[in-house]
Amino acid sequence: MAALINVPARAKRGEIIEIKTLMSHIMETGYRRTANGEVIPRDIITGFACRYNGVEIFRADLFPAIAANPFITFFTVATESGKFDFEWIGDNGFSETASASISVE
Amino acid sequence: MSQDYSTRRQFLGLTGGAAVVITVPIVTLRPARATPAMLAAAIRNVVGEAVVRPGKVKLEVPPLVENGNTVPMTVSVASPMTSDDYVKSIHVFNEKNPQPHIGNFYLGARCGRAQISTRIRLADSQKIVAIAHLADGSFWSATADVVVTLAACTEEAT
Repeated sequence: MAALINVPARAKRGEIIEIKTLMSHIMETGYRRTANGEVIPRDIITGFACRYNGVEIFRADLFPAIAANPFITFFTVATESGKFDFEWIGDNGFSETASASISVE
Repeated sequence: MSQDYSTRRQFLGLTGGAAVVITVPIVTLRPARATPAMLAAAIRNVVGEAVVRPGKVKLEVPPLVENGNTVPMTVSVASPMTSDDYVKSIHVFNEKNPQPHIGNFYLGARCGRAQISTRIRLADSQKIVAIAHLADGSFWSATADVVVTLAACTEEAT
């Protein structure tokens, strides 16, 4: 399991920064079948959240219509130096976290 | 001669019977597609009785995609993103995938800019709907039509 996070290392106070995230995951829809006709059970990431110094700033509910290896980007205002915590949860107990730090001047 | 006919008839009868046996399970087991009614119901679940007005939302998807397995999508909303006028959430729906939901994205004033991007799957050429829920309780929407040449979701696994 690998997460790719892109957060600027430094930013000016009040600057709007873009955060890019990617989590490797098959995102099996639950609608596909094997050659024998058996349904392949659903296995997706259902939720994503980002906290900035402990406060949630972005959250998403994901569905099978999100492509494999969910790639999500969003924006936030750089308010203070600190840490971004990212969390993905999903089917079959899937749970992954990642973090990135930023220094705000 | 007559024997030939009878075998041919038997053969046709057998194949016809086999065709029925084969097609029936395929038709019944096929995943149900979301319908415009399901799309409308999914939207109503989010907005309730509120009126959804067109505007403010910009939904960017390529008009023609070769591979429905990964389609880049960006939704942005014209909003100052101040503490009393911001986008609370963005909801994206589709018309013909097996289910009408694509994603719900919860934002806030701290986002600074109401814009999200992701990659989605499309099982067919269809309409995509993005709805933004603003802090004042109003709902705004945008739609986009996408033509898909290779569909996602329902192909056999390899």
